[in-house]
Amino acid sequence: MARLSPRAATLIALAAIALLAPLLFPSSFYYRIGALIFINGLSVIGLVILVGFAGQVSLGHAGFAGIGAYTCALAPVHVGLHPALAMVLGAAISAVVAWLVGRPILRLSGHFLAVATLGFGILVYMVLNNESWLTGGPDGIAVADIGLRDLLRDYDIKVTASQLWYWLGAAALLVGAFLALNLQNSPTGRALRSLHDSEVAARTIGIDVARMKLTAFVVSAVYTSVAGSMLAMMNRFVTPDIAGFMHSVELLTMTVLGGAGAVFGGFVGASILTALPQLLTVFEEYENLLLGVIMMLVMIFLREGLVPSIARRLRRGGSK
Amino acid sequence: MRLTSIVKTASLIMATTALGAMALPAMADIKIGSSLSQTGPASFLGDPEAKTLTMLVDELNAAGGINGEKIELVMYDDAADANKARTFATRMVEDDEVVAVIGGSTTGTTMAMIPVFEEAGIPFISLAGAVVIIDPVKKWVFKTPHTDLMACGKIYEDLKKRGLTKVGLISGTGGFGQSMHEQCLSIAGDYGIDIVADETYGPKDADMTPQLTKIGATEGLQAVVNPGFGQGPAIVTRNFAQLNIGVPLYQSHGVASKSFIDLAGEAAEGVRLPASALLVADLLPDSDPQKAVVVGYRDAYEAATGSDVSTFGGHAYDAFKILVAAIERAGSDDPAAIRDEIEKTSGFMGTAGVVNMSATDHLGLDLTAFRMLEIRDGDWTIVAD
Repeated sequence: MARLSPRAATLIALAAIALLAPLLFPSSFYYRIGALIFINGLSVIGLVILVGFAGQVSLGHAGFAGIGAYTCALAPVHVGLHPALAMVLGAAISAVVAWLVGRPILRLSGHFLAVATLGFGILVYMVLNNESWLTGGPDGIAVADIGLRDLLRDYDIKVTASQLWYWLGAAALLVGAFLALNLQNSPTGRALRSLHDSEVAARTIGIDVARMKLTAFVVSAVYTSVAGSMLAMMNRFVTPDIAGFMHSVELLTMTVLGGAGAVFGGFVGASILTALPQLLTVFEEYENLLLGVIMMLVMIFLREGLVPSIARRLRRGGSK
Repeated sequence: MRLTSIVKTASLIMATTALGAMALPAMADIKIGSSLSQTGPASFLGDPEAKTLTMLVDELNAAGGINGEKIELVMYDDAADANKARTFATRMVEDDEVVAVIGGSTTGTTMAMIPVFEEAGIPFISLAGAVVIIDPVKKWVFKTPHTDLMACGKIYEDLKKRGLTKVGLISGTGGFGQSMHEQCLSIAGDYGIDIVADETYGPKDADMTPQLTKIGATEGLQAVVNPGFGQGPAIVTRNFAQLNIGVPLYQSHGVASKSFIDLAGEAAEGVRLPASALLVADLLPDSDPQKAVVVGYRDAYEAATGSDVSTFGGHAYDAFKILVAAIERAGSDDPAAIRDEIEKTSGFMGTAGVVNMSATDHLGLDLTAFRMLEIRDGDWTIVAD
């Protein structure tokens, strides 16, 4: 049997999961969970590029989700832009902001990016929270309908909002994964991974370290911004929490839990941390405790994250 | 080896829980859903609300349920996160198939859930404060707490009675403070109130002396109003007393709990605020039509939970009683029939006051439901009308 390249294998696995999972759904509520997994997964793939490939940590990525989400909420009202186009605008704004934040910071080595992004995330959150004349403040703001369901209804296709966003989310995730996997195997991707291993070594072979890091940061910001926009359009309502510090930490945890080095790992991390809280509601007050214990166990026993650790064990088992 | 066994056990546990969760038999006759902020920044709202609902459901089922049918309460904790609340709303509609929903402790979670219930056609009674929830009227959405608009109205009424018109505002920048601040500005004109100073403070600020100094220096200042929630108002009250500004201070219904008096200490003397009768249940004259309801709820709640009663739990009490009465009248668990009956609620006496709903008013409370309280000797007293 001809071996699939890891790139094709990841894409086929993601597509198969998206296509087959609905067969197991007992009710259409599970489409909502699926959609959330895909959208979170998209953010996390962005972070895989930044954390896994380039070895940089961002503690403020939710800020970009906030920019994407609020652009979708505000641009249709104030500029008359269709929400789907507003998503593109949000991504552009996020890219410019990431470039402006990253450019001075990423010339330095060390954890300056983590500190700077922490401040950036809090700044976005505070603006969304306090400028209530524009953003609706802590009570949040409604987002216009993208009108796709009405369009489908004209063709006699009736889908619930959750179902629609399940398929949109799956499509976005596949596109995101495809781009990330191509990046991974491109000269840029190899350069990123080399500076992850050793910046000095990367520099000696002629890699512009600062520029590479900046590229990774801007690309990951765009991923998270698009995911934020999609979340806003799916919920048709958004509060400043989307840009909150906890959301940043949540995204980073998903990345590390699944295994920051691999695109598929990011998807697994997003799946677990999105679905598990729903599963654990049965335990009521022990929900958070169990979530914490599971994450600690993974970090202690599977240090590289779930997917790389398990893949390695399988390989070792197979070669015996 | 050890690792594989851990992974195996973990996946086994997860699989069994998943199966267990799905295989729960649908034994309940009438399913009511609820998503409240039991944990997180709004837990002081969600916690008493959740305890109240649990208590009332147990009580009702022990007494035989509604028209002989038992109630099952499906309750989730959204931790005041709008995205989570939205997910739970979908879960309640699509998976649990509830016939009605109580909850949304905060305005943010409520607004995030509304589109789900509006589309699915499930009656939804919110426990959050802001007026946007029911204005404009949404077909399936109701609420029980007083609005911030009404709190401002009550305060302005009292000011007018005392002949005070020049008011300084100091508002928190949290959701409650911002929303009430806006409402207070919007209706000031209707009551002939002149806002002469307008300052804000952050939810975590530990000192409001600069803002209060500025307000105190405003020419012609006759009273200060503080729309806010949590610890901020207690600090404002203390700073206000330290600066000796010498005009009356009004707080909002957001601080109407015993812990406010404890936090503010002696500085709270003479502070006035609008609040529901629940806080002063014992002070009500026996002739007061609300007395039986508020005393009954307070005693039952304190006996069942061992903690002090709060107005927030009272909102859940009102919502549950209105819903149960509507299901009884509807005689079925059809969501549309229940919705129609909720809208016909009239003359219902709750902890927040008399509720008369209509097609154009999904709150149905008027200002008489609010009492103006003054803090004297470390306790509440009712200001005579």
